[in-house]
Amino acid sequence: MELFTDYTLRTVTIGSMLLGAISGLLGCFAVLRRQALLGDAMSHAALPGIALAFLITGQRDTFTLLIGAAIAALAAALWLLAIVRTSRIKDDTALALVLAVFFGFGLVLLSYVQRQPTAAQAGLKSFLFGQAAALVERDLWAMLVISGPALALVALFWPSIKLISFDPDFARSLGLPVRRVEVLLTGVIVAAIVIGLQTVGVVLMSAMLIAPAVAARQWTNRLETMVLLAAGFGALAAFAGAWISALGDRIATGPVIVLTMSGLTAVSLLIAPERGLLWQRWRLTRWRQIGNNH
Amino acid sequence: MHPAVEIEDLTVAYGDKPVLWDVDLRVPRGVLMGIIGPNGAGKTTLLKATLGLVKPAAGSVRILGRPYEQQRRLVAYVPQRSSVDWDFPTTVLDVVLMGRYGHLGWIRRPGRAERAVALAALEQVQMADFAQRQIGQLSGGQQQRVFLARALAQNAEVYFMDEPFQGVDAVTERAIIQILRDLRAAGKTVVVVHHDLQTVPEYFDQVALINVRRIAAGPVREVFTETNLRATYGGRLAILGRNGAADAVTTPTPAPGD
Ligand SMILES: Nc1ncnc2c1ncn2[C@@H]1O[C@H](COP(=O)(O)OP(=O)(O)OP(=O)(O)O)[C@@H](O)[C@H]1O
Ligand SMILES: [Mg+2]
Repeated sequence: MELFTDYTLRTVTIGSMLLGAISGLLGCFAVLRRQALLGDAMSHAALPGIALAFLITGQRDTFTLLIGAAIAALAAALWLLAIVRTSRIKDDTALALVLAVFFGFGLVLLSYVQRQPTAAQAGLKSFLFGQAAALVERDLWAMLVISGPALALVALFWPSIKLISFDPDFARSLGLPVRRVEVLLTGVIVAAIVIGLQTVGVVLMSAMLIAPAVAARQWTNRLETMVLLAAGFGALAAFAGAWISALGDRIATGPVIVLTMSGLTAVSLLIAPERGLLWQRWRLTRWRQIGNNH
Repeated sequence: MHPAVEIEDLTVAYGDKPVLWDVDLRVPRGVLMGIIGPNGAGKTTLLKATLGLVKPAAGSVRILGRPYEQQRRLVAYVPQRSSVDWDFPTTVLDVVLMGRYGHLGWIRRPGRAERAVALAALEQVQMADFAQRQIGQLSGGQQQRVFLARALAQNAEVYFMDEPFQGVDAVTERAIIQILRDLRAAGKTVVVVHHDLQTVPEYFDQVALINVRRIAAGPVREVFTETNLRATYGGRLAILGRNGAADAVTTPTPAPGD
């Protein structure tokens, strides 16, 4: 198959699968802690970070831009927590506010950058929707360097993370470092976002965080299984997406990956045993039949 | 000997609205104490402030003579059942094991010894058959018993429970109160937020009446009087007469800020 021989295609596929697996895994915590929207706000907030990093340093080097993205995403998360903690504004309202402010500012900066005479700004816009085709081997290493420590920390603190995700008050009463673990979780989600920006872009990134977790939750009642399944779904969608977009002519990979992932999620929501809609309906009619036979 | 719990001048505010005002409370060792008060009176907040979950504006809390931070392992907590998402992907046994995490520290995984403790706690609340069940597939009363088992697994000296009888049937309520009495018989102290005034004299040795301020606290016989109940519940109380306060019943009231 061409997928494994063509160098560019192989890089794109492996990179996308890495992204899918990591964001699927880490997205579980965003979903379970009811912070799906936080991931959305943070990925949108990365945009002004990218533009500012470019304006300040004048570099179009991926690493520089991604550091800018990470800083902006973290700033958005912290600002959000501060709003929720110190005011009476509800968290969904605060999320909408933060997202709009950062993303709007990012778009303004981007249009300013685009009008710059230098040629260096070319391609900055690709962070909006991602450009998987531009992935090179160096990007894969960057992904591994960023995600390796994030995954190691999650594995190390797994029991605490599990308890804090389920019952933070109880965890605090035991003296577990709840605040620090929450910061850690936010940090690793930022890492996942930063990894995904190049491939799927700031707009669609949150789908890669949330959709695999939602799909995985349908199939299992164990957190450990859910996290691994979400990683698997993310990687599978990325693989299929990269493959489909390679078949067509000039179909952007990122959006195809997100669409594939959405398809997987829709199927899971429908047919998963116990929790799937169709499954539930089927069981209901069966009970009715049994009831009628009596 | 120090009392089990000693709360002094505790004031807690959310924003600028005081929810608890200058509350003093002493819980002697080895008693079952009920915390009584209308919805929104600050009962949950009192427990949370005692456990360091909300920061008080003023006041101090001592558990067995020392600040809470030094006594965590001697304290167990049963939160209000509605405070967690019961659709979380985990099993009954896993939740009960969480009661051991305070002893395990940040990183260590629960092992064989912890599982034995957790299973024994489940046995105690008659939920051993449900150990591998997903927690979302339990009834409300069963969820309540799982939370109780988690607190039992903490193997503490002082137990704080937020409405452990909420939404349980009469049989389960009997079973739970028996477990609380067994704890007391073992010399433990149990503080319970409770809503049913009728069962107060039967269940508890001591009672604290709370409505933002501490209205009264002490042995049930002395403190659980019509006057004190009126002061706590205001006009929203219908006293049915005969033996006085023991027959007091709350009328259904709109819950302010509940
Ligand atoms: N996190 C919070 N932020 C702001 N106000 C709060 C918060 N938690 C509680 N309150 C307010 O503090 C007051 C006391 O709440 P608390 O939960 O302690 O009452 P309660 O006595 O436990 O009531 P209930 O019987 O309904 O459980 C209420 O008026 C409530 O609206
Ligand atoms: Mg309460």
